[in-house]
Order: sequence, then C-alpha cells, then structure tokens
Amino acid sequence: MTTAYAFTDTQVMITRCVRRSLRDPEAFFTALMLPVVLMLLFVYVFGGDLNTGGAYVDYVVPGLIVLCAGFGAGTTAVAVATDMSSGIVDRFRSMPIHGSSILGGHIVASLARNLLATALVIGVGIGVGWRPTASPAAWAAAAGMIVAFVLAISWFAATFGLLVRSPEAANAATFVLMFLPYLSTAFVPARTLPAVLRPIAVNQPFTPVIETMRGLWMGHTSTGAALGHEAWIAAAYCAGILVASFAAASWLFRRRTTA
Amino acid sequence: MPYTVDARGIRKSFGGKLVLDGVDLAVPTGSIFALLGPNGAGKTTLVRILATLMRPDSGTATVADHDLLADPVGVRRSISLTGQYAAVDDVLTGEENLQMMARLLHLSPRAARARAVELLAEFGLIEARHRRVKSYSGGMRRQLDLAVSMIANPVLLFLDEPTTGLDPRSREQLWGTVRSLADEGVTVLLTTQYLEEADQLADTIAMLDHGRIVAEGTTDQLKSSLGGEVVRLQFADSSGYRRALGSVAAIRADERLCSVEVATDGSAASVHELLGALSAVGAPAARVSVQRPSLADVFLALTESHPADHPAGRPADHPAGHPADHPAGHPADHLAGHPADHLAPVQESIR
Repeated sequence: MTTAYAFTDTQVMITRCVRRSLRDPEAFFTALMLPVVLMLLFVYVFGGDLNTGGAYVDYVVPGLIVLCAGFGAGTTAVAVATDMSSGIVDRFRSMPIHGSSILGGHIVASLARNLLATALVIGVGIGVGWRPTASPAAWAAAAGMIVAFVLAISWFAATFGLLVRSPEAANAATFVLMFLPYLSTAFVPARTLPAVLRPIAVNQPFTPVIETMRGLWMGHTSTGAALGHEAWIAAAYCAGILVASFAAASWLFRRRTTA
Repeated sequence: MPYTVDARGIRKSFGGKLVLDGVDLAVPTGSIFALLGPNGAGKTTLVRILATLMRPDSGTATVADHDLLADPVGVRRSISLTGQYAAVDDVLTGEENLQMMARLLHLSPRAARARAVELLAEFGLIEARHRRVKSYSGGMRRQLDLAVSMIANPVLLFLDEPTTGLDPRSREQLWGTVRSLADEGVTVLLTTQYLEEADQLADTIAMLDHGRIVAEGTTDQLKSSLGGEVVRLQFADSSGYRRALGSVAAIRADERLCSVEVATDGSAASVHELLGALSAVGAPAARVSVQRPSLADVFLALTESHPADHPAGRPADHPAGHPADHPAGHPADHLAGHPADHLAPVQESIR
C-alpha cells in the first residue's frame, strides 16, 4: 500500500462517484436547476421589496451559493449512506486498498458537483444584473472560501451519512444544511431579523462564510464587521468542521466496516 | 494429500452464545467442499473467520499456506469471498465494474481492460457488458460477482450461499461456472442450505449443525453411513401410523400421508423383521417401498435424534408450506423442505 496506490485508488473511486452522479439524472438535474430557479425566485419574486442597500442580486449571490452547497452536501450524505448499506464496501475492504480513498471519491465528486452549481449561480447572477466590484485577487480569495466551505460541509455530510447508514435518514442532512442559510444573513441582513434570531444568525457558521464572500465581491459586509474579521471566523469554522468531520468520518468508517 | 484449508478447533461465540464449537475442517486442494447446514448453523461465521473478516475466539488454521492469525494479509491475497449479496455497483455497467475492481487490484489501465473482457467472456456476460448492473437478472449479478472474485486469480474461492434466491435455470448455470472454476484448479469452499446443491457440486460435504461438524464425507459415504436403504412404510389409518411411530426409530414421518421412514441395512431379513415387529404391535404396513437414502435422510438422522417427539413438525407434513411456517429449532425443516418446494424433480434424482 504505497502512496502511488493510494493515488490510483482515490482516482478510481473519484471516477466511480462522478459516474454515479452523472447517471442519476433526476438528482443531477435538480442540482443544476436549483441555482437557476432560486436566483430568479429571490431576485424577481422576493427581492423587490427587500431593503439591503442596493440591488438585491448584489446581496443574494453568496447566500444562494451556500444554499446550493448545502443541497449538494445532502446528496453526498445520501451517496455515502447508500454505499454503506450495500455489500460493495465489504468487497472494497477485502481488497488491498486505502480505506480513505473510498470516502475521498465521494468528497471529490461532491466538490465537483458543488463547484458546478456555484459556477451556475455566478453565471445566472451576472445574467440578471449582478455586478461585483472585486479585483482578480479578491475573486481568487472568494473561490478559495467557496472551496474550503464546500470541502468542510462535504466531510460533514459524509460523516453524517456514515453515522445514520440508511439513505433515507441521510436525507435529513439536506434539510438541515438547506435550512441553516435562512437563519443567517444569506437573504436578509441580520438587523432586519427578529431580536431572538439575531444572535443565532450572527454566530452560526454560514454567516461569516457568506459575509466573507460578500465583502470580497461587493467591498463591504452586511453585518458592518470588517472583512478581515469575518474571513478569520469563516476560516476557523471551515477548518474546525473539516478537521472534526475528517477525524469522525475516518473513525466511523473503520468502525462501520469492521464486523 | 495437500489441503488448502486446514482448520483446527475453531470456536466463536457472540455475546455468550456459542456459534462455532470447536470446528475442524480440512479442504483438499483443488476440490469443491460444501459446508451444509440450516440457517444459524454457523456456516457464514466459519467462512468469515476463514476469510479473515472475523477473528476466532480460539483455534488455528492454515489457509492457502498462510497462517490465518499470523498472516491475514497473505491469506487475503490468495482468496476471494463472494457473499450472499452480490457486491457490485448497480449504477455502473458490468464492464466498468470489472475494470474498476481490476484497477483497485493494481492492474494497469490496459491490463484491467483486457482482464475485464476476458472475464466477461468467460462468465457469459459479453453481450451485457455495456448495460448497467441494475438491469441484470439475479443470475447475471451472481455471475458478475463471481467474475469480480476471479480477477486476481485466487487459489481459494469462498462462496457463501451462492445460489440463494436464484431461479432453477440461473442456479444450474452458476453450478456450471463453479465446476469449470474447479476444473481450472481453484479450490472452492461453498456454504449452502440446499442438499441437492451440495450433492450436485461437492466432492466432499461437511454437515454443520449447532456449531459442530456432525458428519463429513463424499455424498456416497454419507448416504451409506445411514445404512443401506430407507424403508418407507405406509399405513391404512392414523391409529396404525401412531402405533408404528411408537415402536420404530423413524427418520421421517408424515401424519397426513400416514407414512413412516426407517433406515435399515437393506437386507431382506431386516425388512422382514421390521414388518414383523409392526404387525406385532398391531400396526401392519399397508404399503412398503425401499429406496437409497437421500442426503436429507442423512441430515435428519444426524441432527434430530427423537423425531417421534415432534410428529407435527415433520417437513413432509407441509409439502406446500413455506420454510418460515415451520417452528424455529427444527434445522432440517428448511433443508428438507426447500427442494420439495421448488425442485421436486432434482430432489428425486438424489435418491
């Protein structure tokens, strides 16, 4: 089991997971339709009367990115749970391959799906009048933020999928991850939320991630905090979730596959 | 004689329940060895232990020249395990499955492609190679599962209930595949709860019951261990049937048909003596037939020493019954019941 084999193993698993994603046309279509529909819905249906200090599309793009990532991660939780409930993991385990490569394949496929959805959000956003003021360096930083965030919630979702085992139960992850953005600054500024919800919105992990992107693209955050401050918190959240989920997933995977 | 599996005194219990109670097993190299027993006899546990997926509580074993406990990685490299559920990816095609598994066994991309085509041809799946496994029949899935097992040319193949849930035609086809693998020199250790599967395939059969090997040998050895012949006696009414049950050691009885089966050495004198004894207790037999014992007879004789205690639980009482209808604790019910349910002609051919 050399490093070269670990690389091959992971590559094979990525191919497998990407193929599985592409061959589930319903899920794939939903994942691609979601950004488009939500963008049109928020900008033209809900956004007209929301006071966010400027065009609503300028406000909402980061929120839609995390919402779609939440949906994408839910798909990953279901995919991992499906694998664990089928006999194929036993087969993989009886072969001389790296255990991490099996989850690695899911994570990379999740990253690919989510980045595609993100690109779609950005594309449609620009189509309906989004005009970010960011420099190329800020764009690169925003891309880095998105990748870090997607990786973190993908590992979180994989862990959830390992934990619950049944694909139906894993679907609950989708619900949680798609619900949290509504309790953040994704769609409305925290100051417009009821007083009870404000502390939740300001302190939950989605908000600093959203505000970092917002600050990078539009030059200012909606919370009034400095961009650097939000970015540090976002990075710390992503790193924390990533490390904790990675450790938990590795442990659970070994436990789940050792009869 | 060289042995591919040589296990001594394998014991295993789960939460205080003894599942394997000191099993000794010797599988000759190049043979097909069947581990026969009802559900819960410990077959799957034994296979999982020998395939390194589980550690025994005590006992030693050499598998494919590697020590099971000291060198599990060496064992794993020489064996392949096909479980009760086909471990293949539904969403991928047959060819993609084989290529993927070959790549995971570290064949080069080119070699993986070549091996995949070779195995697809060998296992009769070449036409279905581009179809997703989801659309395969149960038999095709097992064939693909077996093909995947053969990628690395294992010297020992474990088949855990390979034909459970297959229709008779797929079953025959799979038997053919297993036979040709054995002809190529692969040692096969299979578990089954179907007597006629063991009878059809295996060179040697070991009967496992409640965690112990209760008999071992070739089909013929096992059948003759019971004595020469089975005498089937039919009575005119149920009172005769009951009196007969009380006076002879029946290996099988059927209340509805008023029939009792007894193992004898097959001599005319013993049959004469049996009939005389029955007349003496007021239960003269109305009809008599003599036949070679079936594996089912052997199994029943070995696993249940007091058949007359449970006349209502005899398998033949419910010829159309589902195995699940029978009360738990009658290991032979399913064994004897299954062939009668689905494969009556095959069952007859064993006799």
